[in-house]
Amino acid sequence: MGRAWKFGDNISTDLIAAGRYYHLRSNLPELAKHVLEDARPEFAGQVKPGDIVVGGRNFGKGSSREHAPVIIKLAGTRAVLAKSFARIFYRNCINIGLPAIVVDTDKIAEGDDLDIDLEKGIVHDRTRGIDLTFPPLPKVMARILEEGGLVEYIKHHGDLVVAGT
Amino acid sequence: MPGQTLVEKLLSRASGHPVHAGDITIAKVDLAYVQDGTGPLTFRMMEQMDLVKAANPQRSVVFIDHSSPPPRRELASDHVYLREFAAKTGMVLSDVGQGVCHQVAFEKFVRPGDVVVGADSHSVMGGAMGAFATGMGSTDVAVALALGKTWLRVPETLKFEVSGTFPRGVYSKDLILRVLGDIKTDGATYKSMEWGGPAWASMPMTERMVLSNMAIEGGGKCGPQPSDQETKRYLKEHGREADWKEIRPDEDAAYESVHPYDAGDLEPMVARPPQEDNVVPVTDPSVKGLRIEQVYLGSCTNARYEDMKVFCDYMKGEKVAKGTRLIVVPASKEAYTRAMKEGLFEILLDAGATINSPGCGACPGVHLGIPGDGEHVLSTTNRNYVGRMGNPAAFTYLASPATAAATAIYGVISDPREVK
Ligand code: SF4
Repeated sequence: MGRAWKFGDNISTDLIAAGRYYHLRSNLPELAKHVLEDARPEFAGQVKPGDIVVGGRNFGKGSSREHAPVIIKLAGTRAVLAKSFARIFYRNCINIGLPAIVVDTDKIAEGDDLDIDLEKGIVHDRTRGIDLTFPPLPKVMARILEEGGLVEYIKHHGDLVVAGT
Repeated sequence: MPGQTLVEKLLSRASGHPVHAGDITIAKVDLAYVQDGTGPLTFRMMEQMDLVKAANPQRSVVFIDHSSPPPRRELASDHVYLREFAAKTGMVLSDVGQGVCHQVAFEKFVRPGDVVVGADSHSVMGGAMGAFATGMGSTDVAVALALGKTWLRVPETLKFEVSGTFPRGVYSKDLILRVLGDIKTDGATYKSMEWGGPAWASMPMTERMVLSNMAIEGGGKCGPQPSDQETKRYLKEHGREADWKEIRPDEDAAYESVHPYDAGDLEPMVARPPQEDNVVPVTDPSVKGLRIEQVYLGSCTNARYEDMKVFCDYMKGEKVAKGTRLIVVPASKEAYTRAMKEGLFEILLDAGATINSPGCGACPGVHLGIPGDGEHVLSTTNRNYVGRMGNPAAFTYLASPATAAATAIYGVISDPREVK
């Protein structure tokens, strides 16, 4: 269970981790206090563990800064849902073990109570009583996410092994 | 099987077997790099993975450019960590004063045919060399540095065919802004943006670089361009002729879509806030005549010697308008030195410019030209998101160096075709 925080289209990595906090990049807990500050200033202070970020189109566009998904996760967020993701951000989410899910987020409203079943590929909106399905990740990404992210994956396998692709 | 697109050719070589769009492959990495904003996290990830090493130290580069020289204690201390890590692993260090990672990488390291992975989204600029170049996050680049390889999905290709002749006052920046206005900031997500056509072939390398640089602004994974005689000329100019080889897509390559553009139809373009696809011609009443407090000539997109030369050709003998600041940040030491030797600094300083040391400067919002609340900036950079230049209460408009010069002269957004 988690509460939905709705965001619009084209949430850039600058909105998630602003350039004016560049000097906090090696102090992630401090940087996380400013997560998504220029999109919704109240988010960082009010987000609860298990909450879910729900974006529109092209979520995470812009820079490669992995700090952006890292601080979304550090703030307690369980997953990011969006109609579509920018490429680097999407891959970064999986690499750090934060589920990034492509789903029709127009059907979800602010504050909805959501449940996510990664295996079955279903987002259950309890508030609305609807199920939204999403396609499985490419195998290589599913493996990385299942193993807890790319660091854990490499520690486990000692190498990049794209088995079962 | 149809022939191969540029990206399919490049990734086939790096995979050791033929690959086509949609395949997932492990590719050998020929050049990997980090910058000072992403490097510390990359190296901490390498420590966590117990992989404190470089598979190929001479082709692994640490750039200190985003906060260079550092404006704060925290950033200076990040630099200490980066230098120590580079020394420990044998990686190449490009320290304060050398310039922006993508520009310096292009001048010194990127070769036709390479697979280039950078921990910075504008790593795509390497595509102009006839390379596969892409940006990735810190953990992916940590793996690429330590193991010398990465996994990739081979992207489909959007082909951009440019014909005709560029009119006076119109540059590749105007072309890419026009393309972004057409395809929007996610029009090329996960795709390769390949360039070709007679007008492309006649473009000098420094103009081509702008097209690849801004592939990420369309969401692109890469923006590869053929390697031809102009590529050879550029490499020769940089004492690297031996690195040249010809690379072209097959005639019968399968493209997802082909997008023809006639350079002769183009006008100077301006991208309005809050993003790069919010584009209009400079003549549009929403931009023309708009008061500008700061003109910024900088970034990996448009701050090479050639960009400063175009700017100075308009600016020579003129003064920056009262009430407008002009900030110039050359992209690299090479650009800085040549501009100085060839008299461009004199023109800029006479006009009233402030010239900063090579690096990213205000482009990512760290320092050296952060705009004030409510101010409007005309910038030659590549992004104009809310807060991008360090202040969410300021407004950034993107344009070419020529449009920047016209704007600096009049203090309002101006059409370079109307200067002189
Ligand atoms: S100049 Fe700007 S766009 Fe280029 S690498 Fe630096 S911050 Fe990024």
